[in-house]
Amino acid sequence: MSGPGVRRIDYHAVLPYRYAAGRTASRFFTELRDHKRFMATKCTCCGKAFVPPRPVCGECFLPLEEWVEVGPRGTLVGYTVVYFPFLDPLTGKERPVPYGYGFILLDGVSTKIQHFIEETDISKLRFGLRVEPVFEDARKGSFADIRFFRIVEEP
Amino acid sequence: MSRKVAIVATGQTHHKARRDDVNIVELVHEAVERCLEDAELSIDSIDAVLIGNMEHFEGIYLSDMWCADVSGARGRLGMKITTGGSTGTSLAIAAYYLVASGLFDTALCVGWQKQSEGDTTAGLISATDPIWERASFAGAFGTFAAAAVQFMKEFNVTEEHAAKIAVKNRQNGRRNPYAHLKLDITVEDVLNSRMLAYPIRMLDMCPASEGACALIFACEEKAKKITDKPAWVAAAETRHDSPFIGDVPMFMDLRTLRSASAAAYKKAGIVNPLKELDVIELYEPVSWAEISFLDALWLCERGKIVELIDKGVTSMEGELPVNPSGGVLCTNPIGATAMCRVAEAAIQIRGQGGERQVPGVRTALATGYGGNWWSDVMILKSSL
Repeated sequence: MSGPGVRRIDYHAVLPYRYAAGRTASRFFTELRDHKRFMATKCTCCGKAFVPPRPVCGECFLPLEEWVEVGPRGTLVGYTVVYFPFLDPLTGKERPVPYGYGFILLDGVSTKIQHFIEETDISKLRFGLRVEPVFEDARKGSFADIRFFRIVEEP
Repeated sequence: MSRKVAIVATGQTHHKARRDDVNIVELVHEAVERCLEDAELSIDSIDAVLIGNMEHFEGIYLSDMWCADVSGARGRLGMKITTGGSTGTSLAIAAYYLVASGLFDTALCVGWQKQSEGDTTAGLISATDPIWERASFAGAFGTFAAAAVQFMKEFNVTEEHAAKIAVKNRQNGRRNPYAHLKLDITVEDVLNSRMLAYPIRMLDMCPASEGACALIFACEEKAKKITDKPAWVAAAETRHDSPFIGDVPMFMDLRTLRSASAAAYKKAGIVNPLKELDVIELYEPVSWAEISFLDALWLCERGKIVELIDKGVTSMEGELPVNPSGGVLCTNPIGATAMCRVAEAAIQIRGQGGERQVPGVRTALATGYGGNWWSDVMILKSSL
């Protein structure tokens, strides 16, 4: 007697990782967690300030040792509203939809960061909107310490 | 001075959403066998074997070892190359370099993916920096969507423009026996499909496919013995950009493709690409990307590509058909996807395109694209 052929073999793995934040990120996230303050590394050659801060300027190939305070407000320079759920690798669960997602140019910085946007009505989003971060009460020292960015009215 | 090199054979699987009838090893073997058959060669004629996929999708890391028996790597040079979405073009360019260097006379490369065996978006997100970008990264389509919003506002590109690309490539794919999706769809179907992330809809996106693709590169002396229709490599270029998504202009200007194609044209002696290229196989992960990426290929004044598209220049009947294979919008076995572009360019030069053959192809351009907005370009010619 023979049954149907073996087609698939299920395998479930739990793969925990612990990433070193590194010198640069460690300083950034300590300031964010303890003082809600954004710090950027600045290149003494091209003058650009970077968030995420990084140890080397990719264009000048020079180590970055100078730090400057930037933000916390910024300008919305890219956006969408996501309607399709998928697995979030940080939690292993589906991320609730819809949610706003955008690129923010923090004041004083040359590079954009991506994060969640509070607004989920696409018609209310546009380029050049001023935004500010809303922080979690219990901050652990990661980008998730920022719940999302919200639109602010400025005169 | 490097040697002349040609692609002398291609082989690929019939790409599908799921291939439960084969495992990874058997899938890779299919493409390698078909490629050797196309060349009428045995594995003994191959000096080096390169293999690659996009890692973390199947949770398997030593695919070069797993596949050593079926790829033909046993007893000869065998290495893995993996560069994300551009893996397929990285493999092709590396195989070209091996033969051009004079150290190897022939090289076989094979790219593969078996997406149904893991979670694609979780795999993709794990390609981003865990400390800086993983918490908020919205998968490929979230980033593409934000880029598309910017592109539509800046260059007056509409959702209809993108939908027309989605239709064109799906109609082309219906004539390609290897294509995964064969959809008889209209612009209305695209515009009525489910919104994933504004303005990208389900039918604007590429599928997740399973498949493998292989190529054989040979030096001039060997190439002429293997085939009377070699596809000569006229240029190969690759460009990386910043690792941070927020550093690059995205769809507004795919600067890596702009730079890579300019250098490739120079090497290939191409002055007016719109006139001198006969076909383009473009790596377009989403309909919007075909518009933006073509704009970076110096075919017209910046921001004017929609005018060429509206005139039908990129259709099968047009002056410069784009993606006769159906492109990534029809077939996306990620580690093989970029190699499928090069394979189709070679197929078109070699006159093996069947129902999708563009008449009289002498010069073909193929691109590869990967994170983070990185580009590869390969130009093939019927004679050098």
